[in-house]
Amino acid sequence: MTRFSALSLLKMGLRGQRGWQPQWRSPEPKSAYDAVIVGGGGHGLGSAYYLAKEHGVRNVAVLEKGWIGGGNTGRNTTIIRSNYLFAESAALYDHALKLWEGLSQELNYNMMFSQRGVMMLAHTVHDAQVARRHVHANRAAGVDNEWLTPEEARAFCPPLNIGDIRYPVLGAALQRRGGTARHDAVAWGYARGADALGVDIIENCEVTGIRLDSRGAVEALDTTRGRIRAPRVGVVAAGHSSVIMAMAGVALPLESYPLQALVSEPVKPVFPCVVMSNTIHAYISQSDKGELVIGAGTDAYTSYTQRGGLHIPSHALEAICELFPMFRRLKMLRNWGGIVDVSPDRSPIIGKTPVPGLYVNCGWGTGGFKATPGSAHVFAWTLAHDEPHPINAPFTLERFRDGNLIDEAAAAAVAH
Amino acid sequence: MLLIECPYCGERPEPEFVYGGQAHIARPAQPGATSPDEWTQFLYLRSNVRGVHAERWRHSHGCGRFFNALRDTTTDRFLATYRVGERAPST
Repeated sequence: MTRFSALSLLKMGLRGQRGWQPQWRSPEPKSAYDAVIVGGGGHGLGSAYYLAKEHGVRNVAVLEKGWIGGGNTGRNTTIIRSNYLFAESAALYDHALKLWEGLSQELNYNMMFSQRGVMMLAHTVHDAQVARRHVHANRAAGVDNEWLTPEEARAFCPPLNIGDIRYPVLGAALQRRGGTARHDAVAWGYARGADALGVDIIENCEVTGIRLDSRGAVEALDTTRGRIRAPRVGVVAAGHSSVIMAMAGVALPLESYPLQALVSEPVKPVFPCVVMSNTIHAYISQSDKGELVIGAGTDAYTSYTQRGGLHIPSHALEAICELFPMFRRLKMLRNWGGIVDVSPDRSPIIGKTPVPGLYVNCGWGTGGFKATPGSAHVFAWTLAHDEPHPINAPFTLERFRDGNLIDEAAAAAVAH
Repeated sequence: MLLIECPYCGERPEPEFVYGGQAHIARPAQPGATSPDEWTQFLYLRSNVRGVHAERWRHSHGCGRFFNALRDTTTDRFLATYRVGERAPST
């Protein structure tokens, strides 16, 4: 693996950028591995990376039915924060945020991680009370979060219109450690890092069946590129988790919905932070390329189409135009959908399943990108030890039967 | 935006409707004799099928009535809509 540095960039520049090598191999699948990860998004590639790096399990394959990072990793709005209400969630997402802070150095890959601050607006008395409860809960859990008056919110984000709108801004919760990262770089950086440690990344390889042995444990996967034996299989397939797990007879409490996002034409740097509003449903930041990245809501119905109705993003744009009048004449450039796997309590499921050797990491719903490194890290631990890491121990599949929900949806922490 | 055929009012645009999730899920008849696994099945486990899905819709900004529909979740195309109490048409 060629290490990236200012010097390597300069050298290649002098050679007309002609000496770069592919960042990972494109191997034929072997007939057997010690572990196989199904799903080549950020969470799956990261899981393979940490399996190889921290647990010495290097005979690993990542199977991806399309191209790596082409699913939700490449379709989200790249927002990173950890200001969740419940202790279990705050621990999981803050674990991820701490890994984000060192990820570019760890992987020798520029994640363009920018802690520009995530500001969540309150528009009603109820919003303000809930937001302040979050601030206090977060600070008690060691997660930074602070309450801003409307004037302080506008000072932090000058384009914000706090007064002259249907739902005026009554204040905001600000997590200064939150921000954005380059989503593609996360997939590519983990792929390159995992590949260098011996992991086979196999694209255009769709899993078509899961074979169990006589004890009911995982034995092999049938794929479009042949049968692959593996005693441990981790399924990290986001919106398609239900489909894959059904092949092993495991029903998941998930429903898959389209979630839409859009970007504007690129403009000069005008927007200094991330702003989210749950009440009027919009979130927005500006990429380093200059596009405004805007998140809309989920469509009402379950679907696997990776598209949705235009009335959903137009609703988000109405909110954006009220909050930021200077964007009213901006043109939108692209609009797309991703399929998100939503669990009943809006918290992920990370852990073992009733089938020995089969593990699942799913249910990230509308907010999985921010958790990528933390999710991958604890999932690799779970595969390596055959038991959950203390951080993902509460996020079991059995919690729905046992009534131990981590009910972040009712806590209204996130934009759903 | 979907066009949805309400069995009572005819074809209307999607914003007139509210989605009601998977259809034909019966509440356990004897709650006291229902096991935790059966409750889990009723409350949380859904088919989430990649293909033809039987689902409930409510024409909330029209007649206000619930009805059922068959929709292909890989294309979002409606195959049929039918009234509550009727069997799902074969496709």
